[in-house]
Amino acid sequence: MTAVAESTVHDTSQIPAPEGSLTVTVKIQRFNPEIDDEPHWESYDVPALPTDRVLNLLMNIKNYVDGTLSFRRSCAHGICGSDAMQINGINRLACKVLVKDLLAKKGKQTTITVAPIKGLPTMKDLYVDMEPFFEAYRAVKPYLIAYGNEPTRERIQSAADRERFDDTTKCILCACCTSSCPVYWADGSYFGPAAIVNAHRFIFDSRDEGAEERLDILNDAEGVWRCRTTFNCTDACPRGIQVTKAIQEVKRALLFKRV
Amino acid sequence: MADSTSALALDKPRSPRRPAARRNNFELYSWVFMRISGLALVVLVLGHLFIMNILDGGVHRINFAFVAGRWSSPFWQFWDLSMLWLAQLHGGNGLRTIIDDYARKDNTRFWLKMLLYVAMAVILVLGTLVVFTFDPDIPAS
Repeated sequence: MTAVAESTVHDTSQIPAPEGSLTVTVKIQRFNPEIDDEPHWESYDVPALPTDRVLNLLMNIKNYVDGTLSFRRSCAHGICGSDAMQINGINRLACKVLVKDLLAKKGKQTTITVAPIKGLPTMKDLYVDMEPFFEAYRAVKPYLIAYGNEPTRERIQSAADRERFDDTTKCILCACCTSSCPVYWADGSYFGPAAIVNAHRFIFDSRDEGAEERLDILNDAEGVWRCRTTFNCTDACPRGIQVTKAIQEVKRALLFKRV
Repeated sequence: MADSTSALALDKPRSPRRPAARRNNFELYSWVFMRISGLALVVLVLGHLFIMNILDGGVHRINFAFVAGRWSSPFWQFWDLSMLWLAQLHGGNGLRTIIDDYARKDNTRFWLKMLLYVAMAVILVLGTLVVFTFDPDIPAS
């Protein structure tokens, strides 16, 4: 992240500035693999309402200033988990961060830095290759495993049994947690918090019979024992999942051979 | 640019890329060991520091006779021996984890670990040898 001179001043006058809007600087880490050898920063002075989401600013830059700006976004309402990015150095969904929460103190120019999530290969601008992330996710068998005959009616579960894994059902696979994990940055073969959260969701499901298989997988050298409980994942999760707690619960299940 | 690699990646997109789980509890046991040895070391090391540096004039009274006197008791022999082994294994395991995290190439990782294991073995053997074979009657010459 060397301080490279921001060469061009971008013309942002085309962006509509509604009443009550103020100008904020959006500093984006840009990378075009066809031109650039390495990522560089570019700044855009854009009008923003305090109620705007960071995603709105990015959309405005893409629509009015530079159509080549690349990022993922789908539902734009914090459900699909497409637009995970580093906003002011913290992993967040761009569609869930409001400008008013990022404003600088009175009289100072607000700068919002936006970078791709770390630990996954950046393909273009804010767009990363999610395949290593999903490879780890698939490796923990994130689906119901049940043996024996198919029941003729619904698989019944008590409210208390459902509560046991309720927290980890909230995961939207945005990769905010995994890409905030220092162990995952350092060595990409660690399963990462998201995969463990999704294993937890089935390990502690009373209807599931694959807990032992998954615990075996997570007991390996690249499994839960690499977690250093730095809590980055819990802080990053846009769904408020207690990720570190879930990882510790998997550790405890392994330690005491009890689910 | 990235065409050649992506073509390869599409070859068998869903094939497992991780080696099958080794099904052993080494990481689990080393994790437990770190917790237990850490607790033991708090007592052992703080006790050691207290005796050596604070009690009865502290560091100024330490000489050959003082060490010889301590190691004539099996209790202090055991104390020092367990401190040696726990600290070596605890620190060694911590460094192993750090090497696993930060070494970028498998080759670097392998040689750093070898260096670590050799260093651990030398210190453990040497320390154990001294604790058990210490002879206070060394001739003055």
